Amino acid sequence: MIDFINFYLFPALAIGSVYALGAVGISMIFGILRFAHFAHGDLMTVGTYGVLAAAAIFPVSPLLLVPFGMALAIVSALAVDKVFYQPLRKLPTIYTVISSFGVALIFRSLVQLFWGSQNQVFNSGGVRPPLVLFDTFRVSVLHVQAVVATSVIALLLHFFLSRTKTGRSMRAVSDDPELAQVAGLDTEKVVRWTWIIGAALAAVAGMFAGMDTSAHPNLGWNLLMPMFAAAILGGIGKPMGAMAGGYIIGLAEELSSYNWIGDSALISPSYKTAVAFVIMIVLLIVKPQGLFKGRLL
Amino acid sequence: MSALLSVRGLTAGYGGPPIIEDVSFDVEEHEIAVILGPNGAGKSTVLKTIFALTSIASGIIDFAGTNLATCKTSKLVTLGVSAVPQSSNVFRHLTVEENFDVGTYAAPPADKAATHEKVLQLFPDLRAKLKQPAGELSGGQRQMVAIGRALMCEPKLILLDEPTAGLSPAYLERIFDLLLDIRQTGVTILMVEQNARQALQIADHGHVLVNGRNFASGTGKDLLADENVRRSFLGGAAA
Repeated sequence: MIDFINFYLFPALAIGSVYALGAVGISMIFGILRFAHFAHGDLMTVGTYGVLAAAAIFPVSPLLLVPFGMALAIVSALAVDKVFYQPLRKLPTIYTVISSFGVALIFRSLVQLFWGSQNQVFNSGGVRPPLVLFDTFRVSVLHVQAVVATSVIALLLHFFLSRTKTGRSMRAVSDDPELAQVAGLDTEKVVRWTWIIGAALAAVAGMFAGMDTSAHPNLGWNLLMPMFAAAILGGIGKPMGAMAGGYIIGLAEELSSYNWIGDSALISPSYKTAVAFVIMIVLLIVKPQGLFKGRLL
Repeated sequence: MSALLSVRGLTAGYGGPPIIEDVSFDVEEHEIAVILGPNGAGKSTVLKTIFALTSIASGIIDFAGTNLATCKTSKLVTLGVSAVPQSSNVFRHLTVEENFDVGTYAAPPADKAATHEKVLQLFPDLRAKLKQPAGELSGGQRQMVAIGRALMCEPKLILLDEPTAGLSPAYLERIFDLLLDIRQTGVTILMVEQNARQALQIADHGHVLVNGRNFASGTGKDLLADENVRRSFLGGAAA
């Protein structure tokens, strides 16, 4: 039981945090711009390398350097929106979806061009001993930081979306873009804020994922599909649903390789990504609007 | 009385052949004007065109000295024109209160709390529903939320596309009564309505369209008495 908590539950919550932060952006972009943003994983990679680049200059904890990653991801997102997505806005969304595949490749190639294709490890001041709670639970400090940061972000995001003018406008545009236009809402401002929030959270997610293992140009791309599964699970256009979806997918993936029956893993860890897909496909068939009554795809 | 809205020679459609051709009419300040006509006459297209949701081939839409024909949809609210579309006219996942609040964003009223109170006085039923998502309300209540949202920016002119569509007869009467109350507050109303007879009873002026063109115009009373209009659109004898 202790092993289960130490080696499965805590890491599951940590990877769940990464999925949650990425899925929020995917869900919001899907809700407001109405397309599946396949470059979101690579946007995450860009943010990760932004932190990494800052870490090479400033010898402090990468956590303090996350604003650099956020800034790089936000600038990149706003630039590709301006250059690639905005001109396609009036066309059927499939054009933008395909274009986002192109943007994903551009992001990945640029990261390789500037930083090389080898793995890079964050210099977080050597190996840190885990936190030991009650003499039994051993949990990585980074995992605690990831979960706490995600919880704080979830609270702030909830406040932003429900109380502020921009947040409510974002929900209104996501709800009914034509009515939002009739009500005179500034939809371009809403689109800008969607990119800013989506990119900033992607950078945070990327930093945690990179610090947990290492940063490499495929970091975000490899996380893209579970994040999509999380966004669909939570319901498209439901940011808080996407957060919950992230944790559910993270838990399902990690817990599927626990030795629930007998001594060996229920499902070999190498297949754990498949668990996310199975959940996504089952949900699309049984409850396509997701757990939190999102929009139908 | 001066015309607040003056439409002259308006020809517009959705990219293909024009749906409305050479349509002209005036809406005077503080009146209720209604556009009538059979299905497919282009009534809703007129409202959508005023609201810059169609493509205009020619014509002028003069609103208090500004030609709306060259304005973008999002600009109209700031000029004092508010619209309520026929279907999907509330933000379903937003609460009633949030719907009202969103209505103030484009053109904030001088005193938001006072405007909010004024709207709630018009729709007292909604007071108990403020925290409920608008999508969970009945059709009639949703229509009230939609009209309330449009009034929150204190417009001079409000455009209503079939405000009684799909409502029960009881609600239909209530909505028409409400429109009279709204006019009392100084707002001018231009609406498209299928329930022609009831609409003409409360309207100051009516404009009948047939096949996208002007067919008849007059006061509500005149149109109700007009033999041609009655036979074609009002279903027989005078009320």
